[in-house]
Amino acid sequence: MTWDWGAVADFMPRFWDGLLLTLQILALGSLISFALGLVWALLMRAPSRFVRWPVGAVTEFIRNTPLLVQLFFFFYVLPEWGLTFSALTTGIFAIGLHYSTYTMQVYRAGIEAVPAGQWEAAIALNLPVRRTWTAVILPQAIRRVVPALGNYVIAMLKDTPILMTITVLEMLGEARLFAQQDFQFTEPLTVIGVAFILIAYPASLLVRAMERRLVR
Amino acid sequence: MTSGLWELVLEGIWVTVQLLVCSALVATAVSFVVGVARTNRLWIVRFLAGVYTEVFRGTSALIMIFWVYFVLPLAFGWQLVPLWAGTLALGLTYGAYGAEIVRGALNSVDPAQREGGIALSFTPWQRMRLILLPQAVPEMIPPFSNLLIELLKGTALVSVMGMGDLTFSANLVRLALQESTEIYTYILLIYFAIAFLLTRLMRGLENKLKAGLGKQVGSTPDKELRRPETTGVGAGGALG
Repeated sequence: MTWDWGAVADFMPRFWDGLLLTLQILALGSLISFALGLVWALLMRAPSRFVRWPVGAVTEFIRNTPLLVQLFFFFYVLPEWGLTFSALTTGIFAIGLHYSTYTMQVYRAGIEAVPAGQWEAAIALNLPVRRTWTAVILPQAIRRVVPALGNYVIAMLKDTPILMTITVLEMLGEARLFAQQDFQFTEPLTVIGVAFILIAYPASLLVRAMERRLVR
Repeated sequence: MTSGLWELVLEGIWVTVQLLVCSALVATAVSFVVGVARTNRLWIVRFLAGVYTEVFRGTSALIMIFWVYFVLPLAFGWQLVPLWAGTLALGLTYGAYGAEIVRGALNSVDPAQREGGIALSFTPWQRMRLILLPQAVPEMIPPFSNLLIELLKGTALVSVMGMGDLTFSANLVRLALQESTEIYTYILLIYFAIAFLLTRLMRGLENKLKAGLGKQVGSTPDKELRRPETTGVGAGGALG
């Protein structure tokens, strides 16, 4: 086994580019998944089953099929329908949509964990529906779900390399490009592997610390 | 779509199923070995098992697959058959998540059960085999069921390395027909059908095991929020 530090040094400038793009994808994807997930969770509590049933079916479908195939679907099918987006936009949207079906369940659990007395008190105080949600239920629910959402951000980080398959040059994309040009596979792949551990492990410690503080 | 192209898809399904079964077996073996090791008396065993789970949960499954395909042959001179390379990468990665499930379930067994085993002078191995595991295994089934779905979704990643699984066959059909809506819709439906079958199977297994213990079936919202295993492949979500 040969290890070439020169190759590592050559790879580093590209590594930083890749890392930056990975973090951008992660930030935007997280925002989409947090927002969409809340929308799904609220729609699932709609009074009409004609709303609940389709939302439940679609999210169940997205959750149970591979992100990779969904990515190909959006990347190849949308242009056929006359909608053209850049690979990066498509990737961020696909990853955000995929994870929104997970965050939805987190929100649902958070809402269900709010004690029934809070709902009853809101009714007793004659609060309108909108105010019951924004002032009573959601603040308590979201406090509880923050650590679980953090877990999904970490999970999403580990799924960002999939965007390489639609030509996005995030960390793995950069590593593969470098490997193909210089025929050095060991160094770039190991560097990004270690980078993922170095980001994901402290992040998971942070989530655990939040869990102790926020979820009693 | 012509029948020749459907044959391609059928072959893809077969490869995906083979890969799923093999890597699920490897992952289960890894989960139990590492998960039980994490409750060992000796700190060094616990530490090594902990390092294993953190390393494999820390990296992405796709990077592991690249590593097994490109670095392993160069670094150690092992060139694996594609099916085994995929099995190894997926089994080791998802096994690390499974180990957390096993550890969590073992820790959630009432401590009095373990103490009772000690009082009756069972050996540690007897305690594990006769007291702890029979009570912990039914608890593991719902999270393992989620992990199995994640593993199914993970098998799609091997198509990136050119292995002829279901996703790869879809790419071939797209190139052949220059048309993608139809084939990708079918492929998504096939994955969903496999996932649906797996969920039903696992739920049946859970009911059977829990009935043997006289326990309630189902999970509470509280459990959903305190699940350490969610760190990673999004093994959350009590499906349905």
